[in-house]
Amino acid sequence: MPFRVGIDLVSVDSIGDSIGAHGDRYLLRVYTRRELDECRAADGIDPERLATRFAAKEAAFKALHVGDQAVAWLDVETIRDPTGLVQLSLRGGAADIAARDGISTLSVSVSVARGHAMAIVIAEISKTADSEPMTQTIRRT
Amino acid sequence: MNEKIRTSIGDHARLPINISDLADDADLYQAGMTSHASVNVMLALEDAFDIEFPDHMLKRSVFESVASIRAALIELQPGVRV
Repeated sequence: MPFRVGIDLVSVDSIGDSIGAHGDRYLLRVYTRRELDECRAADGIDPERLATRFAAKEAAFKALHVGDQAVAWLDVETIRDPTGLVQLSLRGGAADIAARDGISTLSVSVSVARGHAMAIVIAEISKTADSEPMTQTIRRT
Repeated sequence: MNEKIRTSIGDHARLPINISDLADDADLYQAGMTSHASVNVMLALEDAFDIEFPDHMLKRSVFESVASIRAALIELQPGVRV
């Protein structure tokens, strides 16, 4: 089965700077309400957690080969399940690309160290394109 | 218009070089703008021009140069003075 891989690295400070510069406009344009709830700490939104989510979104864009197609950041949602694993859920333009290209599963792994968050996404391509848009996958933050 | 665009880029794109050293058609991503920085540039442009980029414009080519941003803003603001 063929695969595609996407990787992204983002500075945690840059996330904090964006919140400082643009506040809720930044948060609501890039992250879903659910993502924001999951990245909330006792003293407010945690930039480090958001950085892992942003890196996962960008890595997914690369694994999907988004290129110059219009895809919103909200089209890729990162969801933490009760066991601590993170899944990717696609909608809109991202889901259309996955269906068109026959991508059946996206697997994501994220990590944070020394002020940077990194994510790797692997897309598995099934034989037939234009199947059901997928809502899958895995790995813990 | 180009000066306001350049100000938004200069303030938010985190380029390793001065925006004044780049031509209007220079590729901002090749110049060092990250995907995350492009979010900040987009939001700064929305503030500066009182517009909102619709989803169909959220693609790499729209934000890749001063010239491409200018073209997008003209599309969003028909009749704007250029």
